[in-house]
Amino acid sequence: MSAIILFMAGVAAIAGWWLSQQRLTAKPWLEEGVIVDLREESGSSPQAAKIGLGVFLAVVGSLFALFISAYSMRMNMVDWRTLPLPALLWFNTGVLVLSSVALQWAYIAARRDNMDGVILGLVGGGASAVTFLVGQLLAWRQLNAAGYFVASNPANSFFYLITAAHGLHLMGGLVALGRTTAKVWRGAEVAQVRVSVELCAIYWHFLLLVWLVLLGVLTGWTDNFVDICRQLLS
Amino acid sequence: MVDVPFDTVAGVPPAEVGEVELYHPKSWWTRYVFSQDAKVIAVQYSITAMAIGMVALVLSWLMRLQLGFPGTFSFIDANQYLQFITMHGMIMVIYLLTALFLGGFGNYLIPLMVGARDMVFPYVNMLSYWVYLLAVLVLASTFFVPGGPTGAGWTLYPPQAILSGSPGQDWGIILMLASLILFIIGFTMGGLNYVVTVLQARTRGMTLMRMPLTVWGIFTATVMALLAFPALFVASVMLLLDRLLGTSFFMPTLVEMGELTKYGGGSPILFQHLFWFFGHPEVYIVALPAFGIISDLISTHARKNIFGYRMMVWAIVAIGALSFIVWAHHMYVSGMHPYFGFFFATTTLIIAIPTAIKVYNWVLTLWRGDIHLTIPMLFALAFIITFVNGGLTGLFLGNVVVDVPLSDTMFVVAHFHMVMGIAPILAVFGGIYHWYPKVTGRMLNEVLGRFHFWVTFLGAYAVFFPMHYLGLLGMPRRYHDIGETSFIPASAHDLNAFMSVAALIVGFAQLVFIFNLIWSLFKGKEAGGNPWGATSLEWQTPETPPGHGNWGKELPIVYRWAYDYSVPGAARDFVPQNEPPTRLSAQGAHP
Repeated sequence: MSAIILFMAGVAAIAGWWLSQQRLTAKPWLEEGVIVDLREESGSSPQAAKIGLGVFLAVVGSLFALFISAYSMRMNMVDWRTLPLPALLWFNTGVLVLSSVALQWAYIAARRDNMDGVILGLVGGGASAVTFLVGQLLAWRQLNAAGYFVASNPANSFFYLITAAHGLHLMGGLVALGRTTAKVWRGAEVAQVRVSVELCAIYWHFLLLVWLVLLGVLTGWTDNFVDICRQLLS
Repeated sequence: MVDVPFDTVAGVPPAEVGEVELYHPKSWWTRYVFSQDAKVIAVQYSITAMAIGMVALVLSWLMRLQLGFPGTFSFIDANQYLQFITMHGMIMVIYLLTALFLGGFGNYLIPLMVGARDMVFPYVNMLSYWVYLLAVLVLASTFFVPGGPTGAGWTLYPPQAILSGSPGQDWGIILMLASLILFIIGFTMGGLNYVVTVLQARTRGMTLMRMPLTVWGIFTATVMALLAFPALFVASVMLLLDRLLGTSFFMPTLVEMGELTKYGGGSPILFQHLFWFFGHPEVYIVALPAFGIISDLISTHARKNIFGYRMMVWAIVAIGALSFIVWAHHMYVSGMHPYFGFFFATTTLIIAIPTAIKVYNWVLTLWRGDIHLTIPMLFALAFIITFVNGGLTGLFLGNVVVDVPLSDTMFVVAHFHMVMGIAPILAVFGGIYHWYPKVTGRMLNEVLGRFHFWVTFLGAYAVFFPMHYLGLLGMPRRYHDIGETSFIPASAHDLNAFMSVAALIVGFAQLVFIFNLIWSLFKGKEAGGNPWGATSLEWQTPETPPGHGNWGKELPIVYRWAYDYSVPGAARDFVPQNEPPTRLSAQGAHP
């Protein structure tokens, strides 16, 4: 459970930092009158959407930290046999990086009111994300063809489960991206889609980060790191 | 009173919100059924949760009948008994309490208490309810599928949960896991709303430290739930794959009915870790909203400000954080490294400190207060007693050496029913009697309410207090029929029969409550806007029940905290949060 404990410690640090800005030592029974705080007014502002996404990313992060926890816990048992990862995953990783870059491009273009750039970025990002998903499916098929079935070994089961969970989250992101693209298609102004583009870009970067961590765990790169954490905790 | 240095008493323009920003229902369907109004969603959540809760109530009757009079009821066999246990536990903990506190109270109270027009993402909020309803329907459908609901116990421990020895192995377990997954998805949608609304949609002047403790409790519980439910999600998905695809995440190599199964290499302990990483925070996900509600009820009905508001807030946050590092105290009997046992016993006992702070503060709030023994107050007082009772046995069970012999006995059943069954449900009742006038505009019937309180309170003690004694005798839990055993005297069986009768009576009292809810909706006394003389914003709405958008044209401006009761020099014994300060009263209160 070390991965999830680390993750929770991170969340706790952020929450603690935020709480420390909130005048928790105030004595509200002595304070009468309007306290003007610096918070933005109004609920449905872009700020609310961004914070909503942030909270959602914390939930998704917790989900993947738990997958990693379960994986590393199971990996420590004596009968563990790792799965040889198909080389295709490296290509897929490259495509996912491209996808993230494209959306960052779209976001920068949106800030500069450059509609062509936004369209280019959105379409490029969407296409490469779809390519990534197709690549993941091909990787599954390669493994299946080589006899690594989902139920034949715990390592296989974990690989399929974790990649599927990541893929499903990316598909959810594609829905949001599709809606944004459709808005642009129908002739929306840059200002109308700026927030959506930014949220998509943040989500894409987050999923890229999650994928890199997952890849590190699945290939065993992070084994040393995990060992260090385990020694720290026990 | 002193004024805040950067206070500008006058000259704050009211915050007007343009009409365009609000969602407007266009038809009867979108107003009452597919509504995006948090108040309607709250009522939908509450009704659904109470409806499925009634199913769980009937299940508890059946269990008690079997335990009190074993062998009398031929229609309850051992398998069914296990199914009743499982469904009763799962429904009560997740589909009733979690949904009612966060989906019901959260949806209704958060926007009103922080002075918002609605939740920040109303559409997602609506989806949250419908996914929850779907989860409840899937769960209820397991009663009608071949093989019936799962009988794996509410913890669903593998390997037995998905092996043929457990009832409901065909469909029951699959639908149960599917229902949990749906519930978590639905809850996440709602939870995002509650958190972001508290963070972003507070009205002017509503700093975090001016929020009523109810909002603090629900807010913190929601944050915890958002982080903890993924653990149940992961566990459910993996168990579902084990059952459907034959993977071996949790399933070791084992022999079933004399034959080697296809499984091999999984770890059942892994499931326990995941389950309890959710399961322990879940206790506080239910408890923290209850703490918050009780704080507000006590302060309002004792006409006195809450004692130690800051400590109450800090304690809520501390409990929320600590509850993530105590999970393995549910796994002492699963076996663990002694140092781990020591660590988890220590953190478990440490969490008693902020909890005790809260109890002391409630008692000190009552101290020399002007206590009105209204029905909400009665429930609040009963909550404190019950929670202390259950909390103290928790200190017993938190120690490894005490837990191991008691773990499989009725003592544990008595403990968790006191602390997270009876206590939160008393808070729910107190909250409903308190806020029903705001929701409907009418008071609940007083006579029926007092009857409901006394029968519920005394009856629940008649059921669960003697159960501790049975547990200490060594009476095992989860047993369909104890049979003849040398260490259990005949008097224990008599006690069991007494408890069963009490349980039946308590159950009927809940029917009276349901009747009261419906009857008062039409015939109840008109409540007016603020029947309790309360300070917090939800009582200051221009209309009762609050209209669409809650506040009419202008959002309220908050000038003070939520607990200005019996302020010296003030005209009334309460000062609403949105009442501008008058120089006169401020000077009068100066020391």
